Amino acid sequence: MNIASILASKGREVVTIGPRQTVRQALRVLVAHNIGALVVVGEADRPVGIVSERDIVREAARNERVFTRTVAAIMTKDVIIGQPQDDLSSVGHTMTERRIRHLPVMDGGRLVGIVSIGDVVKAQRDRYQGEVETLQTQLLGGRA
Amino acid sequence: MGAGPTGYYAADHLFRQQAAVVAVDVFDRLPTPYGLVRAGVAPDHQKIKSVTAAFDKVAAHPRFRFYGGVEFGTHVRVEDLRRHYHQILYSTGAQTDRRMGIPGEDLRGSHAATEFVAWYNGHPDYRDRQFDLSQERAAVVGVGNVAVDVARILCRSPEELGTTDIADYALDALRKSRVREVYLLGRRGPAQAAFTNPEIKELGELADADVTALPAEVELDELSRAALERSPDRATQKKVEILREYARRSPTGRSKRLILRFLVSPVELRGGDAGEVVAMRLVQNTLEATATGALQARPTARFEELPVGLVFRSVGYRGVPLPGVPFNDSWGVILNERGRVLDPETRQPRVGEYTAGWIKRGPTGVIGTNKPDAAETVACMLEDLAQGRLLQPAEPDPAAAERLVRARQPGYVSYADWLRLDALEVARGRAAGRPRVKFTSVEEMRAALDR
Repeated sequence: MNIASILASKGREVVTIGPRQTVRQALRVLVAHNIGALVVVGEADRPVGIVSERDIVREAARNERVFTRTVAAIMTKDVIIGQPQDDLSSVGHTMTERRIRHLPVMDGGRLVGIVSIGDVVKAQRDRYQGEVETLQTQLLGGRA
Repeated sequence: MGAGPTGYYAADHLFRQQAAVVAVDVFDRLPTPYGLVRAGVAPDHQKIKSVTAAFDKVAAHPRFRFYGGVEFGTHVRVEDLRRHYHQILYSTGAQTDRRMGIPGEDLRGSHAATEFVAWYNGHPDYRDRQFDLSQERAAVVGVGNVAVDVARILCRSPEELGTTDIADYALDALRKSRVREVYLLGRRGPAQAAFTNPEIKELGELADADVTALPAEVELDELSRAALERSPDRATQKKVEILREYARRSPTGRSKRLILRFLVSPVELRGGDAGEVVAMRLVQNTLEATATGALQARPTARFEELPVGLVFRSVGYRGVPLPGVPFNDSWGVILNERGRVLDPETRQPRVGEYTAGWIKRGPTGVIGTNKPDAAETVACMLEDLAQGRLLQPAEPDPAAAERLVRARQPGYVSYADWLRLDALEVARGRAAGRPRVKFTSVEEMRAALDR
């Protein structure tokens, strides 16, 4: 199973923000979409970073004027990018080990989605549930 | 729309909830239900097919109706459904296959594995397909369970097939088959192969075929070994062990050979004078890690030529757009969020339209994976019901929907009809020592039902 199957039923496009926009603007976008992170895109919609609730909290703890800072100043620049064909298990492992909550996904130079650790856990849970369901039915000969 | 496993799972979830009294009508373009359990699951895997007993229990619910032989877009359109139903669920699956995209793909003798599968399973749309089984060598591209099914069916002896519910015409054709060598080709290594262990183990127990693999190809490369050490996974370790054991086997003189190959991709099919496949050019691959640590195949400059007269590609399924239903072309699914169909312009949910199963998330998982998937969609349906976000049908009376179906498709098959067909198939099978002998054409089914 690959992460394309997660993106397939997420439906909406990736929510992005520009690096020169402010933290206040970023917060408004996060709240409007009820999400936890935004992909920061520069020229030609190329991802240059990711800005999450965590980045904003960290900045707020040390800076009273957090709201007027730019996204570029507080974003995480070292972003790991996934591909739709990446295996769910490899992605799950990498996100867990490297403490990544959001993985932007690109296909042929285009940003096509974002996968959260919650999405990965849900997909893995559904996969195991499905396997258990199938095995049970077979054991019980359809009497489940 | 669609009486495959997902349709039943969704109906079951709808019947089990307490918030509303629900009536469910399930439509299928085929006269018979069960989707790929009937037309996809291999005939020598009857145990997997036993899931239909659970489906029949759902269908026995007093507010369940089946309209077989009724096609969405032909007999009923979305406007019709909006007149009669509060909610519509599309569970039509992934009906077409992905192409390899290489020269020669359309030569005679090159097929989609799914067509062969539908043919041997007696799918009415595929019963007239021709496969040249006079060829001695065949290649199956892909290492998922469908690819394994095709390779196994090609390698089964007539005696083995004779105890299954394979379509009669397919049994005749396979009895005369001259296929002696079957190659199963994986583009990545053994640790990345999608087939599951019971399927691969079965290949080592065929009555009249020797299974083998190349020792060099079943040894793990450094990246796969490291990945397996980082997150030890018993199933993958076991899979590699089974394949290593196959590589050590020596031929025992069985009449067919099944050769498992890894780290190779077809780059071209070569044609003969009559436009038929005579060989496949393969490139050997190595593995490289992507940013997320997933291992992907990278072609090398090493090529080889495999003489084969039959090719079955099994490199994935893909959904087919439904007339009037938004489609997401990137993923080959209905445009949706958690099962709610979205309007392509606004990306907001379309009231009363939902999707589940392969046409919602793409072709992944086993039959049971569609159960949690259908549950997610049904949860959205119930949430919308509670919020009053429903269609406002002009004629919600179940009798009105039935009148519509009768008018559009007088020859539709009800569940009672199907149960009669089922009993007839099983009775025909009993006489021959088989689980059933399938009806494979719509005319045959109509005749059996005295229509």
